[in-house]
Amino acid sequence: MNEFPDDEQLFSLYRTLLTIRYTEEQLARSFLAGLVHGACHTYVGEEAVATGVCAHLRRDDSVFSTHRGHGHALAKGVPPREVIAELFGRETGCSRGRGGSMHLFSPEIGMMGTSGIVGPCILQAAGAGFSAKLLGTNRVGTAFFGDGAVNNGAFHEGLNLAAIYQLPVLFVCENNLYATEIAFSYASKNPSVASRAQAYNMPGIEVDGNDVLAVYRAAGEAVRRARAGEGPTLIECKTYRTRAHAEGMRDAGYRTVEEIESWKQRDPIKMFRERLTTRNAAVVSVLDAIEAQVRATVSEAAVFAEKSPYPDGNTAATHIYSMEG
Amino acid sequence: MREMTFSQATHEALSDAMAEDPTIFVVGEGIGPRGGNFNTTVGLYEKYGPMRLCDTPICERGFIGLCTGAAMTGARPVVDFMFIDFILDGMGELINQTAKMQYMSSGRLRMPMLLRGCIGIGNSAATHHSGSYYSIFTHIPGFRVALPSNPADAKGLLASALKTDDPVIFLEHKILLSQKGLVPEGRYETPFGQASVVREGTDLTVVALTVMVKRALDIAGQLASEGISAEIIDPRTVAPLDMDTILASVNKTGRVLILDETFMPCGIGAEIAAQVVDRAFDDLDAPIRRLNGEHVPTPYSPSLERAIVPDNDRIVREIRALLAE
Repeated sequence: MNEFPDDEQLFSLYRTLLTIRYTEEQLARSFLAGLVHGACHTYVGEEAVATGVCAHLRRDDSVFSTHRGHGHALAKGVPPREVIAELFGRETGCSRGRGGSMHLFSPEIGMMGTSGIVGPCILQAAGAGFSAKLLGTNRVGTAFFGDGAVNNGAFHEGLNLAAIYQLPVLFVCENNLYATEIAFSYASKNPSVASRAQAYNMPGIEVDGNDVLAVYRAAGEAVRRARAGEGPTLIECKTYRTRAHAEGMRDAGYRTVEEIESWKQRDPIKMFRERLTTRNAAVVSVLDAIEAQVRATVSEAAVFAEKSPYPDGNTAATHIYSMEG
Repeated sequence: MREMTFSQATHEALSDAMAEDPTIFVVGEGIGPRGGNFNTTVGLYEKYGPMRLCDTPICERGFIGLCTGAAMTGARPVVDFMFIDFILDGMGELINQTAKMQYMSSGRLRMPMLLRGCIGIGNSAATHHSGSYYSIFTHIPGFRVALPSNPADAKGLLASALKTDDPVIFLEHKILLSQKGLVPEGRYETPFGQASVVREGTDLTVVALTVMVKRALDIAGQLASEGISAEIIDPRTVAPLDMDTILASVNKTGRVLILDETFMPCGIGAEIAAQVVDRAFDDLDAPIRRLNGEHVPTPYSPSLERAIVPDNDRIVREIRALLAE
């Protein structure tokens, strides 16, 4: 898996990175404008992880995500308009206004939910792997989770179950160094998440989570292994969120301005663009065109979301059961 | 019709359903070659193998989460807890994920998941193997809760549970497991939300739950010789709860006794009583009475264990007092 992906794939990665970035920036502005009614945890700085992993997933593969999950939903193919409308609480949102930021669902394309609870996604991805093996569908389950999840029992139980049943699952840890404001170095005596894979006798790979091609290669091999029946893989992506834990929250007292700045220098989109243009200066115009397209898509999405109706209050109690009543 | 035990009846329903539906799989501790602590899966491992009769490590949270993910992706999991007390390790998964998944996804995901286990006080099982907890699950939107009291209903309710796309908590009282009754041959489903009038009468209504149904029937038989005519209602499921059948009975008798082995405060009896008062106050000729087990953890010693569950003498005294009002 050392080959450079073809141009089409490279441009597709670039498009996804930008879709996430611009959508998050739009949401941050909309939050300030009062259009986002609840919490909003942005993925700015971590875009390369979802982008590199989801590039290998089929529409019918499942993704189980976190409270910082807009990027996972977008990379899995949920259109920006459905994500933004959901955060605006509108009927046209991907969860029809029932979820908001932390409950983004689009099961038709394998987006099985962002979550307000840390940990369950790990177990549910193992379950998707189980059903794939049981039903012979050759699908893959993927869990995205932060460093905050790896000291939770769900991590141990989920990885152990996936290992003993040899399930087709990717466990993708986005180690952004802080669980809200608690440093990973405080919360774990072992500084490496990837090394914990040894405890379950599965491969544990550490990659630069700001390098989309590194993530892409690691995920490609993990997906290949999963589909070949070789079992689960743990991938630790070292990355960083460059905005506050949530919009409207303070972002001081637990990390330094210098640290934030140093990671901004390693911005995944900037690094990827430099790499592409260094390799072939002729792609600049293509990349610029992609940027313009994505900007337009996200702007239109925000307008669409703001114009969309709120759900009818009379429908608040529908969808609790398969058979209503 | 043949005579068979409660456990044999549920085994027949599970076996029939597994033959028909290849997406059903069972997880639990010792449900594979061992055939289940309560013989719930005897012989099925030999038929269906280790994926469909999947022994687990002791990690209830883990396999509840795994099954939730499997149910989201096309499988129909059956979680066999042995003792339902063990479900408590996975309550976060169940309440935040399993029960809410259909709603969070605006009805685009279904949650066909059966969770079964043995409940109730008896056999000096002591406090970690004697819980019932159905009032807790009934309180949560998203669950169906079944409480079969005899083998025929147990078979029919389990068959229904393996057809519905809602998560079902299926609770089997340990005293009932070896009790025999007539069970119809062939496949049939007992619908949820339909109480059974197990004995007709005119003087008072006894709403009895799970193990209390048989006790109420025995007592009603004795009292009939004194000219006391008790109507006995077995709700069979408490979520949904068939209040119409209870209210029709109250309309006839004007007097209600609710017999429930589990705790009184915030229990299912409180809910039934409140609904009777709300909807049929004018039908009542006397205050509603509730007879419950004591609000204590379950003790071990037979003398203590006996003391916390209302005995037949106490039930008879309560009935006489109710009729005297």
